[in-house]
Amino acid sequence: MLALDRVGKTYPNGVRALDGVTLDVAPGEIVAVVGGSGCGKSTLLRAISGLDRPSQGSVLLDGTRIVEPHEKIGIVFQEPRLLPWLTVADNVGFGLADRPAAERRERVAAALDRVGLADKAKVWPRELSGGQAQRVAIARALVPRPEVLLLDEPFSALDAFTRADLQDHVLDLWAELRPTLILVTHDVDEAVVLADRVIVMRPRPGRIFEQIEDDLPRPRDRQSAGFDFVKRRVLAALDRSLDRAATVDEGQTRAESGAALWW
Amino acid sequence: MSSLPMSIAVEQADPAAGKAGAWQHFRLWRVLLGLVLPVALALGWELAVRAGWSNGRLVPPPSVIYSTFADLARTGELQHHALATTLRVAAGFALGVVAGTVAGAITGYSALTRRLLDPSLQALRAIPSLAWVPLFILWFGIFETSKVLLIAVGVFFPVYLGVMGAIRSVDRKLVEVGRAFRLSDAAMVRRILLPAVLPAYIISLRSGLGLGWMFVVAAELLGASEGLGFLLVDGQQLGKPAQIVAAIVAFAIIGKIADWIVAAAAAPFLRWEDRFSARGGEA
Ligand SMILES: Nc1ncnc2c1ncn2[C@@H]1O[C@H](COP(=O)(O)OP(=O)(O)OP(=O)(O)O)[C@@H](O)[C@H]1O
Ligand SMILES: [Mg+2]
Repeated sequence: MLALDRVGKTYPNGVRALDGVTLDVAPGEIVAVVGGSGCGKSTLLRAISGLDRPSQGSVLLDGTRIVEPHEKIGIVFQEPRLLPWLTVADNVGFGLADRPAAERRERVAAALDRVGLADKAKVWPRELSGGQAQRVAIARALVPRPEVLLLDEPFSALDAFTRADLQDHVLDLWAELRPTLILVTHDVDEAVVLADRVIVMRPRPGRIFEQIEDDLPRPRDRQSAGFDFVKRRVLAALDRSLDRAATVDEGQTRAESGAALWW
Repeated sequence: MSSLPMSIAVEQADPAAGKAGAWQHFRLWRVLLGLVLPVALALGWELAVRAGWSNGRLVPPPSVIYSTFADLARTGELQHHALATTLRVAAGFALGVVAGTVAGAITGYSALTRRLLDPSLQALRAIPSLAWVPLFILWFGIFETSKVLLIAVGVFFPVYLGVMGAIRSVDRKLVEVGRAFRLSDAAMVRRILLPAVLPAYIISLRSGLGLGWMFVVAAELLGASEGLGFLLVDGQQLGKPAQIVAAIVAFAIIGKIADWIVAAAAAPFLRWEDRFSARGGEA
C-alpha cells in the first residue's frame, strides 16, 4: 500500500509546489491525477518516485519511507527517454542488468511481445515512431515488475487514435500484473477511461481539491451515459478548482488594492 | 489480387536501382573533379621540367619525388624514420589522452573541481604550446622525454575540453533514467555518461591526434637524429627538396591512416547515432 502523509514541497526558489497532500492508494488501484498546469502534479509524482525528496511529510510504500528511487516503483516520463545507444531490446532490459542473461532475454522478449513490438527488438530507438517509443518506455518500466507504476502525461505528445490505443494497452498490461498505477494526465477522457479514482488538484500551493470515485464497469464504453456522467463530474470539479483559485486571487487583489487605498 | 504485391515490388525495385546507380556516378564524378587540379599541376610541372623550361631543382617534379620516396623506402630509411615518429606520437598521444580524459571527466562531473582546476588549465591553454619548448628542453633534456611531453601537451587540451564539455552537456533527462533505475555512481558513468559522451569524445580524440602530428614535427625540427622531422631538416640542410616533399607525403599518409584507425575503431560503437551525415550511409 502506498501512503502519502502531508507531503509538501517547496522549491529552492520559494515556489510551494505541494502542500499537505495526504493520500492512500490501495495495491492494484488506478489513480488519475488531473489539474491545471503548474498545480504540482509532476512534483507529486517525482516525490513518490523518490527522484525528489518532499520538503515536508513522507511517502511510504508498505511502511518503508521513500527517499530515493525504489525497486518497487517504476516511472514513465512524458517523453520516452530511451537511451539512443541501446537497441530497443536492451532499453527494455535496462533495469534487469543484475539478472542472468537468459532470464533477461526471456523477460524482454515477453515484454516486447506484450506491447506488440516483438519485431522491433533489434532496432535503434531513432527508428521508432513516437507511439512505439512510448510503448518501449512503458515496457522498460514494467519489466522489473514494479508494484507501483507512475506515469506523467505519458501520451500527451501522441495523436488521439494512438492515445486511445495505448490506453487500452496500459489496461491490458495492468490486468496482467496488477500494479498500482498513478497517472498524471490533462485528458479528462483518459482519466475517466482508466482510473478507479480521479484526483483533482488545485494550484498555489498544490493540493488535493477533490476525489471522484470512478467505478464504471470495465471495459468502459466512452459513449455510455455513465462515462459521460463521471466525465461531467470531473470537469465540474476541475472548473471549480480553477474558479475558486481565481476568486481567492481576486479577493486577495481586492483586499490589497483596498489596503492600498486605505494607505 | 496476387499480382498486386508483385507490381508494387517491381515498381519499388526499379527506381531504387536507378537511384543507387546515379548516386555512384555522382560520387565518382565528385572524386574525379577534386583530382583535376592537382593532377593537372603535377603533369604540367613534370612536362615543364622535361622540356627544360625549368631545372626543377627547388621544386622537384613528381617523378623525382617518387623515385626519392622509393629509394628511401628501399633502403629502409623511410620506415625507420616513420617508425620513430609514429612511436613518439603514439606515446605522446597516449599520455595526453589519459591526462585529458581524467582531467576532463572530473572537471565535467564535479563543479567544485571545475572551479578549482579549469581557470588554471584555461590559462595554460592560452600559452602557445611551442613556447614550452625551451623550458621542456631545460627540464627534460633534448631527447625523447621532452618531445613526448610536448606532443602530450598538444593532445591534452582538445581532449580535456572535449570530455569536459561532453559530460556537462549530457542530457539531464537520461541521467534521471539512470537514477530511476538506481544505478550506482560507477554504473551511471559506465551505462549512461560514457556512451552519451562517446561521439564527442571520438571527435576530440581525432583533433587531439591531429595536433599530436603537428607537434611531433615541431619537436623533431628542433633537434632529432631520427624521425620524419629529421628527414625534413636533413633535406633542408643538404639541399634535397625531393626528400623534404617525400617526408611531407609520408606525414600525410601516416597521419591519415592514424586518423582512419581511430575513426574505424570507434565506428562500431557509434552506429546508434542519429546524425544528418549518418543517414546517407545507411540508405
Ligand atoms: N525544479 C523546479 N524548481 C523550481 N520550481 C519548480 C520546479 N519544478 C516545478 N516548479 C514549480 O512548481 C510548480 C508545480 O510544478 P509541476 O511541474 O509539478 O506542475 P504540473 O502540475 O506538473 O504542471 P504541468 O501540468 O504543466 O506539467 C510550478 O509553479 C512550477 O513553476
Ligand atoms: Mg507536469
